[in-house]
Amino acid sequence: MSEFRTELKQVRGLGSAHEGTHHWWMQRITAVALVPLSIWFVFFLEAIRGVDYLAVRYAIGQPMTAALMLAYVCAVLHHAYLGVQVVIEDYVHERVAEVGLLIATRLLFVLAALTATVSILRLVFLAADPQ
Amino acid sequence: MATHPRPLSPHLQIYKPQLTTVLSILHRVTGVALCAAALGLVWGLLSLALGRDEFEHFRACANSLPGKLLTAIFVFCLVYHLLNGIRHLGWDTGWGLDLKRAYATGWLLVALAPALTALSLWWIW
Repeated sequence: MSEFRTELKQVRGLGSAHEGTHHWWMQRITAVALVPLSIWFVFFLEAIRGVDYLAVRYAIGQPMTAALMLAYVCAVLHHAYLGVQVVIEDYVHERVAEVGLLIATRLLFVLAALTATVSILRLVFLAADPQ
Repeated sequence: MATHPRPLSPHLQIYKPQLTTVLSILHRVTGVALCAAALGLVWGLLSLALGRDEFEHFRACANSLPGKLLTAIFVFCLVYHLLNGIRHLGWDTGWGLDLKRAYATGWLLVALAPALTALSLWWIW
């Protein structure tokens, strides 16, 4: 197949969405992170099964557990948004509804990530300084 | 603008469902369901930060019959999406795209997903 466009022309503008492979690549990065993190999360659920409130709070408040939980929640929410974005783009054909849904879901997932982050940090500080 | 009526590709319901197509759309369905599960996880973490009463309320909801049913569905979605996600990562490297391997890993997924779901639920409950 003959190709008359130069390599510079092909890479300029980063395609029709103007972001190149960024979306695809972030989806893969978060997916790879979520394989071990999801397995860890199920193990964690087993560890806190039937445990008292203070013990669960203390467990998540430990630095390493808190870091893993933060990584898990943030990777989950990032990966979830990237996926839902594609689902909306594929199935919502009314432009106004599509853009509205994209904005609404993005704000919802960002708010959820911030809520989870603040909550986990609170557990860390509570665990460091028990009353 | 072309005004000639052009032939349309057959509608989706014309096609015979195949293992590969069914597993593919299930990946999307479980992914969307897992968005709700993710928000449930955030709710649980928030309840822990808010205090004992809020957390016990969350735990009571999760341990109620609808809560357990939802948990079971979410765990299945997680196991399925995780296993099929590994398939996808294999395809990204170029591995497993041929019919033989696509079907072999597909049937492996069909066997493993319910088994690992049952194992996980038995374990965390």
